[in-house]
Order: sequence, then C-alpha cells, then structure tokens
Amino acid sequence: MAYSFPVEVLEHIFSFIDSDNDRNAVSLVCKSWYEIERWCRRKIFIGNCYAVTPRIMIRRFPELRSVSLKGKPHFADFNLVPEGWGGYVDPWVLAMGRAYPFLEELRLKRMVVSDEALEMVSKSFKNFKVLVLSSCEGFTTDGLASIAANCRNLRELDLRESDVEDLGGNWLSCFPESCTSLVSLNISCLGSDWSLQSLSALERLVGRSPNLRRLRLNRAVPLDKLANLLRRAPQLVELGTGTFSSELRPDVFSNLSGAFSGCKELKALSGFWDAVPSHLPAVYTICSGLTSLNLSDANIQSSDLVKLISECQNLQRLWVFDYIEDSGLEALAESCKNLQELRVFPSDPYAMEPNVTLTEQGLVAVSEGCPKLESVLYFCRQFTNNALFTIAKNRPNLTRFRLCIIEPRTPDYITLEPLDAGFGAIVQNCKELRRLSLSGLLTDRVFEHIGTHAKKLEMLSIAFAGDSDLGLYHVLSGCKSLRKLEIRDCPFGDKALLANAAKLETMRSLWMSSCLVSFEACKLLGQKMPRLNVEVIDERGPPDSRPESYPVEKLYIYRSVAGPRLDMPAFVWTMDEELALRLS
Amino acid sequence: MSSEADNSSMNFDETALTLGLPGKSRPSVGEKSGVKREFSEMVDLNLHKKQNNDQEHDDGSQVEVTEPAKSPASKAQVVGWPPVRSFRKNTIKSCKYVKVAVDGAPYLRKVDLELYTSYQQLLTSLESMFSCFTIRNRMNDGKPMDLVNGSEYVPTYEDKDGDWMLVGDVPWKMFVESCRRLRLMKSSEALGLGNRHTPCYKFPF
Repeated sequence: MAYSFPVEVLEHIFSFIDSDNDRNAVSLVCKSWYEIERWCRRKIFIGNCYAVTPRIMIRRFPELRSVSLKGKPHFADFNLVPEGWGGYVDPWVLAMGRAYPFLEELRLKRMVVSDEALEMVSKSFKNFKVLVLSSCEGFTTDGLASIAANCRNLRELDLRESDVEDLGGNWLSCFPESCTSLVSLNISCLGSDWSLQSLSALERLVGRSPNLRRLRLNRAVPLDKLANLLRRAPQLVELGTGTFSSELRPDVFSNLSGAFSGCKELKALSGFWDAVPSHLPAVYTICSGLTSLNLSDANIQSSDLVKLISECQNLQRLWVFDYIEDSGLEALAESCKNLQELRVFPSDPYAMEPNVTLTEQGLVAVSEGCPKLESVLYFCRQFTNNALFTIAKNRPNLTRFRLCIIEPRTPDYITLEPLDAGFGAIVQNCKELRRLSLSGLLTDRVFEHIGTHAKKLEMLSIAFAGDSDLGLYHVLSGCKSLRKLEIRDCPFGDKALLANAAKLETMRSLWMSSCLVSFEACKLLGQKMPRLNVEVIDERGPPDSRPESYPVEKLYIYRSVAGPRLDMPAFVWTMDEELALRLS
Repeated sequence: MSSEADNSSMNFDETALTLGLPGKSRPSVGEKSGVKREFSEMVDLNLHKKQNNDQEHDDGSQVEVTEPAKSPASKAQVVGWPPVRSFRKNTIKSCKYVKVAVDGAPYLRKVDLELYTSYQQLLTSLESMFSCFTIRNRMNDGKPMDLVNGSEYVPTYEDKDGDWMLVGDVPWKMFVESCRRLRLMKSSEALGLGNRHTPCYKFPF
C-alpha cells in the first residue's frame, strides 16, 4: 500500500509494545503486521509447554531474547501429579541452543530441568543474563556450577522453591572473580548444611557485586555471618535472611542491628528461619521502609509478630503463619493502611483441633481496616456467610481471593448452612476478581453464582464441592474469562464436560482428579476435539482394563497446536483419535 | 461462542445434559449407579478416615496410611489437602519426604517418614501403595530370603553417605534421620547388602 509506513517505522512503534496481549493483537491486524511483529518480538511467555513445540516457536519468532515456560499443572504443588508426568525442559534448551544464540533470559516454572540442560544453557548463550527456576526439579548443584562458571554476564540466578539436589562441592566458588554483574541471587531453597568454604565463597561473591539488589539466602547461612554480608551489600533492596537463631550475644546483636541500619534501601524481608523473638528488633531500623514482609518460615508467636508489624507502617505485602491470630490481624488492620496482599498459612494443618485462635474475625478485621487489600490467601478452620458478606462489602476491589477452610465440606459454623451465599457475595461484589479458590460446604448454587457474576475470573480452584454436573456446567458456560480450572474430589462427570467441549479450547487447561468423568467420555472428547490434548492419568493401570464407565483417576485437558506429546510415562494416556480406535 | 451450535454438530445426544433441580442431593450423575457408589465410597473414605480398602480403592494416594499417624491429635491425611506446599510443611513440623522407587514400576512416590513411628508402619504403607508387589518384611522373617522367587522385593534405602543399606538395620529414628531415598529392590538384586556387620554395598547408580 502506498500510504503504509515503512517497515522500520512500524518496527520502531512495535518496540514500545510490551504486553503479550497487545503484541498478539498487533500480529492479527494484517499479514504484513504479522510478519513485522514476529521478527521483532523479543519476549515470549508460554503458559503450557505442551501447547506448542520448540520448533513452532522458533519458526514463528526467530529473534527471541527472553523465553518463559511453564510445565506441570498447578496441583503438582500438592503432590497430585505423579512423578515422571512430564514437563521436561531439555528439548527446549536443545532447540533454543541452536536457534537463539543471543538468548538472554530463561524463566521456567514447574519444569524438570537436568544438569545437562543447565550446562547447555551456560554454554550456548554467550550473553545469558537471567535464569529463574521456580518450583523446578531434576537438577543438582553441579548444574548450578556450570551456570556459575560459564555465564559471564549473569545478572539473575533465582531458584525460588525449586528442589535442588545438593551434591556438596562448592558451586558458589565457580563464579569467576571477574563476575561482578549479579543483580539478583535467590538460593533460599538450598540446604541447611554448608561448608565454611561455601560461606566464604558467598561472602566474596556478594562483596564483588556492586549491583546486587536482591539476595535471598538459605537456611545454612548463620546469623553471625549476616552482618558481614549486609555490610558488603548496603545497596540491597530485597533480603532473605538465613537462619535467624543463634546465641544471644550482645555484640552479635548490635553488630547485626548496625548492619541493618546501613541498608537504607531495603524494601523486602524474608527468611527468618528458627527466628528467636529477641533478635527481631535488629531489623527495626529499616521497618518503616519495608513494603514486603515474608514471615512464613518463622515460628514467631502473635505478640512478637505484632511488635514487628507495628513498626512496618508502609507494608504492602505480608505473608505470615496463623500464629498471628485474630488479635494480630486486628493490629495489622490498625497499623498497615497500605496493605495490598495478605497470606496466612497454617502452622499445623493436620491437627484435629485448632492450635491458634485464627478465625474469620481476623480476615474481616483486615478487610475493614485495609482499603487497598486486593489479594488474599487465608487458611483457617471456620467461617460464616456473614463474614463473607462483610468482606465482599468492604473490599469490592479484591482481585484474588483464596480461602481454605481446612476441613473439607465445613458449613457456616453458626447457621450450619453451605457457604454458597457468602462466596456468591464475593463474586457479585468483587467485579475485578481474577482468581478464586473455594472451600467449605458448597452446593451447585455457588457455581450458579460464579457462572452468573464472575465474568473476569481467570483461575478457579474447586475441592470437595458441588452436588452434580450442574455445578460444572454453570462454571464452563458462564465464566467468560476462564483460563485455568482445577477441580478435585467433586461429583462432576461426563455431561457438563461434553456439553461444553468447545469452551475448553478457549482455556489454557482443565484439571480434574477424583471426579466422575468416565474413560468413555475422555475418549469421545479426545476424538471430537483434535485441538485438545485429553490426558488420562491413572496409576491403576491401562484404562481399558476397566469398564469404560469407570471414572478415571485424573484428567488433564489442555489446548495445543502441538498434537499429542511423545514423552508420556506409562501411567498417562492421550485420548486422540488414533488411540481411541486402538483401545476400542 | 455458542456451545449449542457446537453440540448439534458433534452429536452429543446420548450425553445430553439433564439438569437436575438445585438442592436435590446427588441426582444421578451417570446412568451407572456403580460409578456413583464408587465415588461416594471414596468420599466417605476421605472424610471419615476409614481403614484403607485397598482392593477397591487403590486410587494411587500417596499417604493413605493404614495405621494412624504418630500423634493422636493429627488425622490420616488426604493427598494434597490442605493445599500447602511441601517446603512449607518442612518448616512447620518436622517432615521428611523421601522418594520411593520400585524396581519395575513406572513411577516414583514420595512418602513422609515422619508420619510413621516404626518400620512395620512404613512397610505396611509401602505395601498398600505398591500393592501389586509383595514386600518382603525382614522384621517378621528373620530368615534368609528365598532368592529363587523373583517376585519378592526387599526394601532398601540410600543413606546420608550415599550407601545403599537394607531397611531395618538401624534403630528407627536413626533410619529416619539418615534416609535419603527408598528403593524396593528385586530380591535377586539385593545380594550383598549386608546388615551392620558387613560392609555396605555401593550400587553403581
């Protein structure tokens, strides 16, 4: 077209467009925009590594610099996905090693990563800068040694919550003396036994990294080493301490306190393993600047928690154990008016009786006192519809609401009714709600409310809820924005699923375990929907060794342009047309 | 997105949705009542923590212990509930997850050793987990194993030093502390694994 912009101009304009959704929209305008966009896209996020293949990604986007991949479904975090299910990054690394010599960033979540893959990453990408391994597994400290040794310009190494096999050795000393580029180092998931050599290697590394802003240590780093580290890195913005217990010697305490007060830019604190309450005042000098406090590894009791939190008036995020109790949450509501995110974890999830006084009152208090509260994760043992009404009324700005009442199917403890109305109020009032997790006694009614009102809901987690297929039907037919649905132990079966088969292509994935979906329905779905991978996960043996009407153990359905995967273990079957014919 | 249009083109007549009235408890989900019964039994199992009925309900649960966990104040656990991640569990109460491999089985499991107070409890639980194999229980036998019978399995573990040992050689607490992972080995391969009086046999893994 004579009047269209030159390619270079369009490229320049596109370079300001960062968000994936916007980039995707740009690529759909016309063929030439598609072409221009794909050559200048630098960053990609793939929410399900089996939705596409490395080859397809490389073919479309030849010049990527940053790749993010997610593997296993979310319920893998709770041991619901058997070991060996999949999520291997190695084929991706192999392909990218050849296609993207200039790759700079790799971010992986819930994937299986081998030492060989890490070595390949360290050697294939000359300008590699960022490695984030979130909840990954399959690698050892040897793999980390390759990264340390070979990535000359490494800026970020973040192993958050990964399961790393510690083979000893001293991988930290593999960072060459010339490596001074580190900005972020998160090794908090590593073990608690470290040699003196490792500790001194860490000290030297921190000392020669003037750009280090985020440092999360593991439990092995003793408290008396922390002061030294802080003095070498007063520019830190985020700190995760190591173990926070030691003998209380006055000189250790004052040394530590002094070191903390030198870190004037500290905004986030975490760690605090084995924290002894009397040591906590060492951090008081920087509390007023804190926006994020993660005490979910610390067994600190309510009164000490309150003392600490009341120093942190600018807190935006708090993660804490239920030791905080209702009284502590009331104090939180008084002191921290900027609170946006609260997570309360159970200190003793398997106890029959509550070990702390943490009830619906605590969350209600925070919902009343904290006007900016938008993200909640709350484990407790009792709740009422009224409390949910109040929270919904107070906080229509909630975007994430995850409530876990520990005992499945617990009703409103005062009226003994299901909590349908309460959650209904949440979805009705909180119009921007994107993520919801349900618990307690729930009938199909709650799903009717969700289907009717939760139009922006993207992720829904359901357990031990509902009466019939109607529940699932409401969700699948009503929730327009739904991307991820995960369900366990609900009486949802074939009908709702098959009636809403087309919906599944608009979602990233659906997980159903211990439900009532029959093998027959899985086969039918797999046959009719070629763009869905319907995976049956069943450790009892091949599904055709049981009657077809038997429910499958676990079902994972996801849209894919890659076709059935080829790396499935023996207990996973894909219901594609061919297989269905073979099995029938 | 009209699912009605898609329905007609896919001929889901036999599976046409019948809408049960709200409030009706457990309308027939499937025509097969056997299916429904199975589910409600599974639900009862989870809720009321009955003894594990292995024959019918080996649903692959990881820690459906057949004996109560050591503290009477805690209940037998439903897999993955409450939804707390393992690394958090490690902080709050002592918790020791180790991988369990069985020779010939296509999958691994993880067990929390802290849930048991004796070898017997552990072995019973492993047996129910991998119910198609017979785990030879050295605690009862005491006799040299029948090596000809290839279907017998011997529980072994890798300790902190990387050596593979027979389960049962050391006091229980010492075992929990030093065990890194478990392997149910075919009896024929377990030759050479001694008790504490013989040198440890290193496996070329």
